[in-house]
Amino acid sequence: MSTRLATGGRLIDRTKPLDFSFDGRAMRGYAGDTLAAALLANNQMLIGRSFKYHRPRGILASGVEEPNAMVALGQGARIEPDQRTTTTELFAGASAASQNAWPSLDFDIGALNNLAYRFLPAGFYYKTFMFPRFAWKHLFEPVVRQSAGMGPVPKQPDPDRYEQAYDFTDVLVAGGGVAGLAAALAAASAGQRVLVLEQTAHWGGRAPVDGIEIDGKPADAWVAEIVASLGAMPNVTLRNRTMVAGVYDHGYVVAQEAVADHLPGTDLPRHRLWRIRAGRVIAATGAIERPLAFAANDTPGVMLASAVRDYVVNWAVSPGDRTVVVTNNDDAYRTALTLLDAGLVVPAILDARASVTGELPAMARARGIRVLEGRGIAKVKGGKRVKAVQVCVQAGEGAVLETIACDCVAMSGGFSPVVHLYSQPGGKLQWDGANGMFTPDPARAPTGADGAAFVACAGAAAGALQAAACLADAHSAGGGKAKAAPKAAAPVEAPMHPVWMMPQGAPVALRFKMLLDYQNDVKVSDVQLAAREGYESVEHAKRYTTLGMASDQGKMSNINGLAILSDALGQPIPATGTTTFRPPYTPISFGAVAGEARGEIFAPLRRTPMHAWHEAQGAHWEPVGLWRRPYCYPRAGETHAQAVNREVANTRNNVGLLDASTLGKILVKGPDAGRFLDMIYTGVMSTLPVGKCRYGLTCNENGFLIDDGVVARLSDDSWLCHTTSGGADSIHAHMENWLQCEWWDWKVYSANLTEQFAQVAIVGPNARKLLEKLGGMDVSREALPFMTFAEGTLAGIPSRVFRISFSGELSYEVAVPTSQGMAFWNACLEAGTELGLMPYGTEAIHVLRAEKGFIIVGDETDGTVIPQDLGLGWAISKKKPDYIGKRAQERSHMTNPERWRLVGLETLDGSVLPDGVLAPAPGVNANGQRNTQGRVTSTYFSPTLGRGIAMGLVHRGPERMGEVLDFIADGKTIKARICDQVFFDKDGEKQNA
Amino acid sequence: MRDPVSALGGQSHEGFARITEAGLQGMITLRGDLATGAIAKAVKAATGCALPAQRAIVTKGTASAAWMSPDELLLLVPYTEAEATAAALSAALAGDHVLIANVSDARALFRISGVKADQVLAKLCPVDFARLPAGELRRTRAAQVAAAIWRSAPDELSLICFRSVAGYVFDLLAISAREGSELSPT
Amino acid sequence: MLTLTCPYCGVAAEETELAPGGEAHLTRFGPGSSDDDFEAYLFSRSNPKGVHFERWRHAYGCGKWFLAARCTVTLEVFGTYPAQCFAPPPELIAAIKAKRPEWKGFQ
Repeated sequence: MSTRLATGGRLIDRTKPLDFSFDGRAMRGYAGDTLAAALLANNQMLIGRSFKYHRPRGILASGVEEPNAMVALGQGARIEPDQRTTTTELFAGASAASQNAWPSLDFDIGALNNLAYRFLPAGFYYKTFMFPRFAWKHLFEPVVRQSAGMGPVPKQPDPDRYEQAYDFTDVLVAGGGVAGLAAALAAASAGQRVLVLEQTAHWGGRAPVDGIEIDGKPADAWVAEIVASLGAMPNVTLRNRTMVAGVYDHGYVVAQEAVADHLPGTDLPRHRLWRIRAGRVIAATGAIERPLAFAANDTPGVMLASAVRDYVVNWAVSPGDRTVVVTNNDDAYRTALTLLDAGLVVPAILDARASVTGELPAMARARGIRVLEGRGIAKVKGGKRVKAVQVCVQAGEGAVLETIACDCVAMSGGFSPVVHLYSQPGGKLQWDGANGMFTPDPARAPTGADGAAFVACAGAAAGALQAAACLADAHSAGGGKAKAAPKAAAPVEAPMHPVWMMPQGAPVALRFKMLLDYQNDVKVSDVQLAAREGYESVEHAKRYTTLGMASDQGKMSNINGLAILSDALGQPIPATGTTTFRPPYTPISFGAVAGEARGEIFAPLRRTPMHAWHEAQGAHWEPVGLWRRPYCYPRAGETHAQAVNREVANTRNNVGLLDASTLGKILVKGPDAGRFLDMIYTGVMSTLPVGKCRYGLTCNENGFLIDDGVVARLSDDSWLCHTTSGGADSIHAHMENWLQCEWWDWKVYSANLTEQFAQVAIVGPNARKLLEKLGGMDVSREALPFMTFAEGTLAGIPSRVFRISFSGELSYEVAVPTSQGMAFWNACLEAGTELGLMPYGTEAIHVLRAEKGFIIVGDETDGTVIPQDLGLGWAISKKKPDYIGKRAQERSHMTNPERWRLVGLETLDGSVLPDGVLAPAPGVNANGQRNTQGRVTSTYFSPTLGRGIAMGLVHRGPERMGEVLDFIADGKTIKARICDQVFFDKDGEKQNA
Repeated sequence: MRDPVSALGGQSHEGFARITEAGLQGMITLRGDLATGAIAKAVKAATGCALPAQRAIVTKGTASAAWMSPDELLLLVPYTEAEATAAALSAALAGDHVLIANVSDARALFRISGVKADQVLAKLCPVDFARLPAGELRRTRAAQVAAAIWRSAPDELSLICFRSVAGYVFDLLAISAREGSELSPT
Repeated sequence: MLTLTCPYCGVAAEETELAPGGEAHLTRFGPGSSDDDFEAYLFSRSNPKGVHFERWRHAYGCGKWFLAARCTVTLEVFGTYPAQCFAPPPELIAAIKAKRPEWKGFQ
């Protein structure tokens, strides 16, 4: 059993007990514990069930590489699945639950899968998807759905908050172990800005656990000293609990800081996503121990040797009373010595190497530990907990020599440098056969914006596994001179011997039980099967077997899997290569990715100066670009449709008030401004007299209509161009693009003045009366005829009054300074009370304009429509030699008389056509779909006419006036007649009044 | 003029830095060939400010002149003087190819003050504030909108954004300045 | 994520402050041009593996369009320069040639 030792534990504070629960059982740990350490201290080795076979699984590791010991953490809205117990700092009240077990962790029905080992081989899903067809849907899927999944998903929105932050540094050191600290000190001493990020809460990494001495001091003391001196340097920033997730192009680094995971209930942001630009990245990310592949190596109680040592030294937790160590290297002997120091029993060390002569083995032998050379584990006995190991000859086929009773196995297959951050941005690796590991190839490092290498690994991450070499390498990576490097003292380790399978000649019955990828239940036999079935590429084999595709991303399993695959393919490991290392290094939260962008500030909300008034009136909003515009202002008891009808009728009969502030207003000025606008618009703007307005169409170089609006000539050399609400920024950018990149010798300046002016449309038969009541300007028919503007003062507010109409009514649009927009709006409301004034919204605009047959860019256009399609030839100059889009509009497809063109549509029964419906045509197209001959682009109920009106694009439309088309909606046929698109006041008497 | 109001009417928020919408501020956009000397002269006459160098902002009394791009300046003057200053500039540069526009109402101005003011903006802008000296104006983005930022006083940064997004920017600044969420102790 | 230095304002802007604009140094064909020339202008874009010239706008900065020479494989940036020119500056071409001797040159 596992238990808390009476003394020791360098990271725990025994004066601060913390209560928590696991599967509802009350447990107690200490401040400084990880959840895994606290669970072990409470003799909870069994944590969950495996993904596929529901085999019992325990704690295997002590850090980010842990594949098994995942729990659902928290409750209610804060429940989060797949939380790694080995990296979760214990906090008071933590509530953890096992995953993937039903009905309970100890008795799990899904474990029947375990008996069906042979029926769930590699590629099971691919095979059952393919054949037989019915089996997946009716047989496998229902079963798999029941047993699959890695824990519960919260059903409520995340109640925590998150944020992001930017940082800049000359040198970013990833990893706060002794290598990272040494590199940071060297770089900082040279005066560079240094940022050190450490994923755990502690500095120093493994060195203090391994009992290394540095510069004559115990590692802990050296670490404290260096951290203090770094902390005192103004050019150094140290951040712990911050995991470097990814290194990208041009020194871009993303890291996640766990600000408040260990401080639940505070108002702090839970996670902070750091977006960092680093001149250079030093990946002092250490190395991860590999498991050994022997039968039943996933039995709870089988752990990494380094993890066993961590639990004893860091948290005073004994993973077991009797621990058998099985290894192919010297490092694991440290675990045996540590266990002895803690008063625990090590019955034997099984060393796969034929001959063992190093300093550490000598120390173990001197303390009386039985060291068996050339031996391995044939099989682990026990179900939910290790009971014994069967010893065999590593060179053989697994004949059992003896059985040793134990409750813990500490295994070590050697170490894999953590090269993720080097590989992510394109750094290449080389194979170190002697140590059985991939190391970064410094000749093929990732390169940055200047073409120079910008990522280097340091210390163990660079393959310098032994303390002295590790520190020397790190110091030099930080730019330090060799002489000044910190000196580490530790026993010299003899070479390891790569072992990929134990024993090397294991028969299939054993290989079926050797786990490579614990979380995804991938066994040695699965990888071998994939190779036999032709998956020779490592990337294919990975996807076929799912090796390395679990949430640990194969940190422990990849190299072992590669070695097995290479062996099966009969080729050396470097010929097989590795899979691609992709960010994030460990999972990051969606909350951190979203950062502050949620709720009210998910996206910018643009507000006009009258926004608050609209809101207070209970306006129903319509999003337009990033603005919100009132769709209508429903009164008590009114539906939205009733409100729209009322607003339309009132505008036609009395006077309506519209907040048109969102319309784009671009000032274009200069000696060449007229010439320039003649290129931007299809019509001629250069001849527009000062004081007059003209409707303009803007196309892109493809000839398609992208925007429209009224242009006013303010003076001899300046024009004010109105755009659609959504088009202001894009049309201004369009203008600047052509000015800067094509006609840079033309003397033209532009400025986007959209937000300088609030704009209010006053529309309807009483519009003039209202303006006259406001007072200050002559707005008579004579002084201000249709399509002109005037400047002056209305209601004491500086105003520019445009006599333009998008409704067919007598209409003025008044631009006033935004700061006085609300004052002007109020003045209008006050003056309008006895004139029947009502505000109206965007839907009323749409109805009013549709009654007049005016188009809206985005309704009648969809990026494939040219102005000629819309009967807007009158706004296109035939005389101009050029405008943007002209050449494209001359292409054969654009001039083809077969194009769909705009017409009005009226249903025979007066009903409203559904939006977007199609009119079928005889025959089918090349894809066997019915041909079509038209579609509805705008459709409304017209309160003015008391029936439905619509516009649509119809094949040769204007040539087919009076023809009746069948439109299909929801299987029903609606008959509509092609007609003139102007439904109301065809002669424009009202707007010219 | 009738009761002009700024975007947020001087709203403020107290966090680990103080966020204040600074009220009405006169702003004039001036586009033209900055190299000719005519503009330098006119700006000097109208505001007292020398022509700012690339990315610079120069202040003289109540006026500032900021370099926005190789052919654009932003002049800051008291709100009530903006129209007159724009008119004076227009008159002085009447014969030149320039664009002068009063944009006071198109923008909002915020002050972020306190010793940790930088940290508020470091959460929103991809800018190396440690390398942003006084006297430099940095145009960038704050989260999802355009912003111009400079050090307007010791322990104070100023931010100009478009007026329509003033509410969004205020909310961004306020949440980023929340007590306890400092990026570092100093 | 790229960082490009705007040649107008000197800011080393990150990609989120920039807007991409596709291939640089296109020649506009307008009315009177042949169908083939116009089609090539409108649709044909080079997509080289290696040295490439691109348009970028310092959208969240000074608002200016500039041009960048970049390696599409390594993302090395050879230089940025103003948009008001018909071909890359000769010194930039020479610098690229020195770093990428196999490059066929600006065409």
